Amino acid sequence: MARQVSTQRKIVNTAAAWTVGFIIFFPILWMVLTSFKTELDAFAIPPSFLFFDWTIENYATVQERSDYLHHAMNSIIIAGGSTLIAMLIAVPAAWSMAFAPSHRTKDILLWMLSTKMLPPVGVLVPIYLIFRDFGLLDSRSGLIFILCLGNLPIVIWMLFSYFKEIPKDILEAARMDGATIGKELVYVLTPMAVPGIASTLLLNFILAWNEAFWTLNLTTSEAAPLTVFIASYSSPEGLFWAKLSAASTLAIAPILVLGWFSQKQLVRGLTFGAVK
Amino acid sequence: MGSITLDGVRKSFGAHEIIQGADLEIADGSFVVFVGPSGCGKTTLLRMIAGLEDVSDGRILIDGVNVVGVPPAKRGLSMVFQSYALYPHMSVRGNIAFGLKMAGLPKAEIDQKVENAAGILNLTPYLERKPRDLSGGQRQRVAIGRAIVREPKAFLFDEPLSNLDAALRVQMRLEVTRLQRQLATTAIYVTHDQVEAMTMADQIVVLNAGRIEQFGSPLELYERPNNLFVAGFIGSPKMNLIAGQLAAAQGAATIGIRPEHVVVNRDGKGWTGRVAVAEHLGSDTFLYVDVPEVGTLTARCPGEMHVQVGETIGLAPDPTRLHRFDKDGKAIRS
Repeated sequence: MARQVSTQRKIVNTAAAWTVGFIIFFPILWMVLTSFKTELDAFAIPPSFLFFDWTIENYATVQERSDYLHHAMNSIIIAGGSTLIAMLIAVPAAWSMAFAPSHRTKDILLWMLSTKMLPPVGVLVPIYLIFRDFGLLDSRSGLIFILCLGNLPIVIWMLFSYFKEIPKDILEAARMDGATIGKELVYVLTPMAVPGIASTLLLNFILAWNEAFWTLNLTTSEAAPLTVFIASYSSPEGLFWAKLSAASTLAIAPILVLGWFSQKQLVRGLTFGAVK
Repeated sequence: MGSITLDGVRKSFGAHEIIQGADLEIADGSFVVFVGPSGCGKTTLLRMIAGLEDVSDGRILIDGVNVVGVPPAKRGLSMVFQSYALYPHMSVRGNIAFGLKMAGLPKAEIDQKVENAAGILNLTPYLERKPRDLSGGQRQRVAIGRAIVREPKAFLFDEPLSNLDAALRVQMRLEVTRLQRQLATTAIYVTHDQVEAMTMADQIVVLNAGRIEQFGSPLELYERPNNLFVAGFIGSPKMNLIAGQLAAAQGAATIGIRPEHVVVNRDGKGWTGRVAVAEHLGSDTFLYVDVPEVGTLTARCPGEMHVQVGETIGLAPDPTRLHRFDKDGKAIRS
């Protein structure tokens, strides 16, 4: 039986949830609003919320000054490429850790996670030097490589915990039914793990898309993705809030749309194991 | 053919021995039940026969061939799991056909065999459904269908009915027994429920703490338990076990008498005591009687006797049905 909730309580809960949701969403809303203001309105104190001169002039300026499509293409290639390679490595790794663990598996998993505890800036100089010596600076392949490595621990962990949830009985049943390990993977495990693989893929893509530290430090123009495109509006001739906002809105739009359409998958992937 | 022999089979995890040397001969076509309390190693033993668990020592022979080290698929056995372990993304047809597909049979033959198995198990209307759209009993039947369609040398059942409700369990118990007789295929069935064991088995293996305590037909175990453990485990309600002076008078450390072998009377014959609890089942009544200096004894009397709680009654044991055990718990046979 479900718990009885009074109407009053329901109203309070709903209001609280909407308030929290609005607070979290507010910076993004503010950014979108600012992108439609003039530079003067963007600085106005007190700030005007909705009643200002709406303009799309910022978007025109941004498109004029820098090549949005070039950066967007770089973002797609870098995020997509690093995700693809990470999945190719992570799927077999997670399989073996989940279904054929050794007594070191737990240590390896924790060690992988520990690499995420190191601030990236701690290895910036060595990585920069390696990139310089191998001619990888400002190259898309270099970024694909570093982002793939950076996200690999999280991807393996996610897949591992997902695979762990697949009942061992079903794999054993397949084994009793005469399936070899290869056939077990193709016919039984993979189809059952599709939702998990999909949500891991999405999350990794989003993480790679938003990654700013390595993309800012290791590229200048040729391989620069959208993060660099945004950052370019905060440096040279002082701050231009409205143009920066327009650039940011353009940069996050694709991933926002992607996230919107896949939110069900994402929530399922992130809360996996918490709810049955 | 499907005779299975265990020869000194052992299983240990580190220093902990789970199966302490099992020797067993299972004849072709027989229905053998492994029964014992949870943690006694019965499922481990079954999984070792299946090949899902490594054997630490000893040999497992199927039709005279040692299969230790042979992968599960090559042993010619099929297994029904407690959780059913159906493939959730496949239809009933896909589930039943999977093993045949793996074996590389032509499609026409697979279809014919699947239809056949579905017919036997009344699954024909559900062939295109997914497991999630089936009831517990139907899922169980699909799992059984998946097992029979491969025409294995033996079926292995791992507590297959424990997830079903009581009424369905009784019905499926009957169906499984009937099916096994019909197919005349060797079956090994694991359960912790001694009623299931007694009703289904040709032969019962009673396991306790990784050791086979006794192997025999249901009535053999009931009438001549080898030791205290088997005496207490087989039979419902449990056998009364009495130690102390009463046992010493019989030349034993412990004596045992089953509740149904005690004659309940109002004439003060035998041990007298006060009825503490009376469970009326209709046909029978189970009485829990506090007998001074002996303890609480269980007795079974006909339902029409109408014994009341608090009444003082006599319990006369049938001397020919008395079991005697020595101080190590072993049965004393005279």
